[in-house]
Amino acid sequence: MNTQYDARLDGEPPRIAQAEVLADLRQALPGMTLLHREEDLRPFECDGLSAYRALPMLVALPETLEQVETLLKRCHALGVPVVTRGAGTGLSGGAMPLSHGVLLVLSRFSRILEIDPDARTARVQPGVRNLAISEAASPYGLYYAPDPSSQIACSIGGNVAENAGGVHCLKYGLTVHNVIRVEVLTIEGEHMTLGSDALDAPGFDLLALFNGSEGMLGVVTEITVKLLPKPETAKVLMASFDDIEKAGDAVGAIIAAGIIPGGLEMMDNLAIRAAEDFIGAGYPVEAEAILLCELDGVEADVDDDCATVRRVLEQAGATDIQLARDEAERALFWAGRKNAFPAVGRMSPDYYCMDGTIPRRELARVLKGIGDLGEEYGLRVANVFHAGDGNMHPLILFDANQPGEFERAEELGSRILELCVEVGGTITGEHGVGREKIHQMCVQFSPGELVTFRAAKAAFDPHGLLNPGKNIPTPARCSEFRLTKSAGDAPAPTQA
Amino acid sequence: MVTTHDTPHHDIPGHDASEALAERIRRAEAEGTPLRLVGGDTKAFFGRKVQGRTGEAEALSTREHRGITEYDPVELIVSVRAGTPLRELEAALAANGQMLPCEPPHFGDDATVGGMIATGLSGPRRPWAGSVRDFVLGTRIITRQGSEQRFGGQVMKNVAGYDLSRLMVGAQGTLGLITEVSMKVLPLPGASRSLHLDMPLKDALEKLAEWGRQPLPITAAAWLDGALHLRLEGGPSSVAATAERLGGDELLDGFWEALREQRLDFFAAEDPRALWRLSLPHHTPVLEVPGVTVETDVLYDWAGCQRWVRSDADAEAIRSVARQAGGHATCWRGAGGKAVDEPFTPLDPVIEKYHRNLKAQLDPQGIFNPGRLYAAF
Repeated sequence: MNTQYDARLDGEPPRIAQAEVLADLRQALPGMTLLHREEDLRPFECDGLSAYRALPMLVALPETLEQVETLLKRCHALGVPVVTRGAGTGLSGGAMPLSHGVLLVLSRFSRILEIDPDARTARVQPGVRNLAISEAASPYGLYYAPDPSSQIACSIGGNVAENAGGVHCLKYGLTVHNVIRVEVLTIEGEHMTLGSDALDAPGFDLLALFNGSEGMLGVVTEITVKLLPKPETAKVLMASFDDIEKAGDAVGAIIAAGIIPGGLEMMDNLAIRAAEDFIGAGYPVEAEAILLCELDGVEADVDDDCATVRRVLEQAGATDIQLARDEAERALFWAGRKNAFPAVGRMSPDYYCMDGTIPRRELARVLKGIGDLGEEYGLRVANVFHAGDGNMHPLILFDANQPGEFERAEELGSRILELCVEVGGTITGEHGVGREKIHQMCVQFSPGELVTFRAAKAAFDPHGLLNPGKNIPTPARCSEFRLTKSAGDAPAPTQA
Repeated sequence: MVTTHDTPHHDIPGHDASEALAERIRRAEAEGTPLRLVGGDTKAFFGRKVQGRTGEAEALSTREHRGITEYDPVELIVSVRAGTPLRELEAALAANGQMLPCEPPHFGDDATVGGMIATGLSGPRRPWAGSVRDFVLGTRIITRQGSEQRFGGQVMKNVAGYDLSRLMVGAQGTLGLITEVSMKVLPLPGASRSLHLDMPLKDALEKLAEWGRQPLPITAAAWLDGALHLRLEGGPSSVAATAERLGGDELLDGFWEALREQRLDFFAAEDPRALWRLSLPHHTPVLEVPGVTVETDVLYDWAGCQRWVRSDADAEAIRSVARQAGGHATCWRGAGGKAVDEPFTPLDPVIEKYHRNLKAQLDPQGIFNPGRLYAAF
């Protein structure tokens, strides 16, 4: 798709010049860093989805809540859109700037405000890195469970915006299950507390609504997360398979045995070879698939479960099963998986990461479908899969310097997501819709459902000033998309 | 993907009444007449009366819309229609060695799945396993236009669009009629034991904070009658080892269900005082409420995060104590068993504004349970 904001399809942008907005904000916020020269704006032109770029009109780097509040009030008064950004590691273009909008960067809000070991909570600013929370909680024997692969760099504010996941979701949930309270500023600059330090709050569950809302309902300025006691022990089994379908069946068999692993990951041969070449994790490069199964909890239970899982894996036809001998080997097994994206990146000039979720029973069909589509488009696809929760990350390898190859990769990605929807799944498990999957929303949701999404948005931001052009497509965009689809070779999308 | 399987996993009766429900809603929308959405009507006490044009609003029942539409135990997901009796769903899950970990209260044999979602009430396992909302993966709702819409999905991870499916939990049907829900389910624990430990209240609250920082298999903790009542669930090895370490006496089966269903003496309807529910942060100390004896007039569930209080004190006095501790208070049952006009904690004005906005966007004519949560919407 044409990645740029399109007035015809995304809504009419305001007609206000950069100089005017700059002058207004400078006067209202004399102490705030406000970038406006092209060379200063350039570093902010994209998030983790670097193929999608736009130079923001202005970049604001506030340091106090009062500045954020004033900024929002001024933008609201001027009718200027605001795109909020944290660490910029997002993979769906959710923080892609607008050439007619202010990019509100919250990276300076990077303080851990409080760790309460007795209540098992951490209160933090949105710019705090995901991993930094677990590090700060560690002296108390506690940690923060959601661990996206980008956890070294990604910020908790972005995690809330995208409802980020990770490799431990089946057992420990997504961000929405681990955030208990957020402080929010509305587009009008009003302050709200959503959720509570208690286990529930009166009224609608707006906390759930804000998680994953991609900065389109308000700006999250403070987050209280739940901390968990570190498991007494964690053990990882690595099983090799000569057939990817057998590996998929093994996943179901583990669950059927009544076991909920802390993590359950699958990689296909291309991903295994890439990771092994990069990290040297000791992965079997000849295997068609590997499963990493982490069992955590109390020592005695984990030992019992390890024995059960080993038996299940043998019965499922694993060709080799290794138990990580110690903490170092466990970390190494995981390092291969957590670095799978950059590892695949070394095999190809560029790669494009997808994020569909499917019912696990459809795995074999979907993998075969991806293989066929890859051949059709002449592109290689490596598969990394959160097998426990059905979230797939097909990585499409391409070379952006070859004319038309990026477009081919994008189209292949789009076909893969449509396949996920077709088998009863979703176009995004944890990366968010952002700008990237805006068209696939027209596939997954009916026009009526999109109307309801827009109604929810209008309750908080009637003028559409928060992150316009993301997450929920306009009717014009869906109409255009359907026309393009039916004009092409591909069949028109079926309505959900 | 809507398929009704009749597999051995769930041979409970099924019937799709969604078109009839949609038709009734279209009529209500055209006439602008409020509807009182109801399942088994077991939780009618939990909230305000729904006003019609004159008197109580006309009821629209989901009871005919029932049955499990999809359940593959290996996927750990069940999709079920709103009118399905909760006990039938739980029995179908138990037959496959699975459960709803949020342990929802029934408050009557006729409790339905829709009522569980609409009220969002969770049982004793809540602080450790999560709430009803935490296990919701997707909902279908009928909107004011009478169209059945699907939010969330039948997969574990799904961040496409706004999370309207979890927004419906606890909204008491004020934003639309819930017709179907997909929930995450989990295997029944391998082992379970319940303990009774004689212990003063303050010691119990301190112990619970200490244990909370440790990876112990506790899944319920309530203090009443001078004793801490604990449930341990998990692998047989850890449950046995923890039970041995903690000591105490074996607690009779059925205690947790009696607590969840409010069948313990503490909840006796004959008590003329109001019954309050205080929802509080972890590690909240013993709270002094005027006229309340902290050992006998308060029952401490959820390791102290959910406290049931019997008191005649003025609503604002109780709400203020809860608020100062970082929580909130609900008047569960008014004095003498009477309904109260404002059972739920009043909302902060900004938050209330956005509640009204949401209601105005999704139900501008106020046909869905108007006034059920708050008089303003």
